[in-house]
Amino acid sequence: MTAPVVAVQNLVKDFATAPGRVLRAVNGVTFEIAPGETLGLVGESGSGKSTTGRMLAGLIPATTGTVTLFGQTITGPHGPAHLAAVRHRMQFVFQDPNGSLNPRMRVRDAIAEPLDIKGHIARPDRTARIAELLDMVGLPQAAADRYPHEFSGGQRQRIGIARALALQPDFIVADEPVSALDVSMQAQIVNLLLDLQQNLGIAILFIAHDLAVVRSMSHNVAVMYAGALVEIAPRAALYAAPQHPYTRALLDAVPRPDPNRTRPRALAGEVPSMLNRPPGCPFAARCPLAMPQCHDTQPPLREIAPAHQAACHAI
Amino acid sequence: MAEETDDALAPRRRFQLIRRLARHRSFRIGFIIVAALTLAAIFAPLISKFDPFEMRARIRFRPPQAAYWFGTDNFGRDVFTRCLYGARLSLTIGLGTALLSGAIGAAAGIASAQFRRIDAVMMRLMDGLMAFPAIILAIGLAAAMGPQIGSLIIALSVAYIPRTARIVRASALVVRELEFVDAARVAGASSLRIIWRHLLPNCMGPLLVQLTFVFAYAILAEAALSFLGIGPPPPAPSWGNIIAEGRDQAVDSWWIMFFPGLAISLATLGMNLLGDGLRDVLDPRLKVET
Repeated sequence: MTAPVVAVQNLVKDFATAPGRVLRAVNGVTFEIAPGETLGLVGESGSGKSTTGRMLAGLIPATTGTVTLFGQTITGPHGPAHLAAVRHRMQFVFQDPNGSLNPRMRVRDAIAEPLDIKGHIARPDRTARIAELLDMVGLPQAAADRYPHEFSGGQRQRIGIARALALQPDFIVADEPVSALDVSMQAQIVNLLLDLQQNLGIAILFIAHDLAVVRSMSHNVAVMYAGALVEIAPRAALYAAPQHPYTRALLDAVPRPDPNRTRPRALAGEVPSMLNRPPGCPFAARCPLAMPQCHDTQPPLREIAPAHQAACHAI
Repeated sequence: MAEETDDALAPRRRFQLIRRLARHRSFRIGFIIVAALTLAAIFAPLISKFDPFEMRARIRFRPPQAAYWFGTDNFGRDVFTRCLYGARLSLTIGLGTALLSGAIGAAAGIASAQFRRIDAVMMRLMDGLMAFPAIILAIGLAAAMGPQIGSLIIALSVAYIPRTARIVRASALVVRELEFVDAARVAGASSLRIIWRHLLPNCMGPLLVQLTFVFAYAILAEAALSFLGIGPPPPAPSWGNIIAEGRDQAVDSWWIMFFPGLAISLATLGMNLLGDGLRDVLDPRLKVET
């Protein structure tokens, strides 16, 4: 097996909300992404998936745990230097197509920003690269001279993708790239990302809360709940045979156009407070399979089938 | 929204800002007033055939009349001409103060927002400056540095820097949380680049609005300082020191004080209207997405 583009070990992120009060947003997340593969990261709002993505990109420092990008550990004391060495191989696509583009910068300059930051690029090369990138994301050449407010949400997201592709990265973190778009636009952007991935062989961490979108994008799918990874598996296995009770509940909650299907029971209760984490499994309070030990010890992620891991005492 | 096609570009909307400003009534009025005063200051020698310094003892204290529109003062100098030339000094002081306090205030505000470690120190420093009333601070500084235009501009700038810094800091704090700044950070942008390409351009709106008000305040403050005798020294006319010189004849020769006072009011009004218009048009909360 080839070396993964990114490996995450036991990643933890604490936020200090007030002196002495700590919110643990991400609690011991571990996964790897192989070159050219997409890992779909799903979870509800506040489950820590965006925080995880931001730590991977070096936007926020990890509290503990390691992130290894292209063999370089970007967390810890030498993190910043290592990050600088691999930064150009990794890019980020943001959720909000309005906020992710500087309203005072022409599209041309927005797309070329990673090029400009990386170092000298001759004028003609820069222009040619911008043209090429616009072409790749399906925008007309005339777009280069315009400002972001002149574009629709879907078009802006394409500009954001073009910017992410500027340095020919090997890995992209896409933080809910389609959830701010309407459905017809979502399909276009998903298809664009799929095409680009097939042609360019980019590995993607695809963060989303929409299971259908993740299904169409990903090779592997990881499910997060309350800051912890509860299940990670190849796409087909996860959708066909979800193991963790939370994953099952999540998939059951997807409406299906089948009049004879009995509606599954919705989960009772709420996500536990991230401020005062109960010991044990974060899902225990809502879990239909909960056993006494679930309330005491947190289950580790363990292999239950080849390449299929889940964190549950009951399976 | 669902009907929008993703490959076609919307028609261009060029010069939208200028068009919206031109439609804004108070901006238009303010712009006309300020432009007229500026042109009057620049072309003063073409507008008036008199010399602002020439003293003619035979025509002292003439009330406004066809030859001397604003009358003459105690040295027989034409008040209209002095007001025209005075506009040069007053407007220079206004502009100089706006530019200097804008540059330093913006730098301090942006630095506070970007480099969080110096924020607390910087803001306490600004609080300290703000604790003095602007005019008192300017009096002290102007007195210490001597009566020159340069020291007046510096004194007034110091007085108005804190407000400007606060406004810029507040908007930079909002902008730096937006995703395009993160995008630049992921790409490895330096703080300087983030400040220059991302923060500053997006804080220009509030900064510009603030500077129009500083401009107006500076003109007023110049008048106040001149009246107290620490403005630009006579005989060079400024609106403030024309009023100051007319003080002793205020009862008999009201015109010596009245017309430069009118000019000050007009300039202040014009700048305020201009600033109001700018604020309406530039404030993103009032912006309608179309």
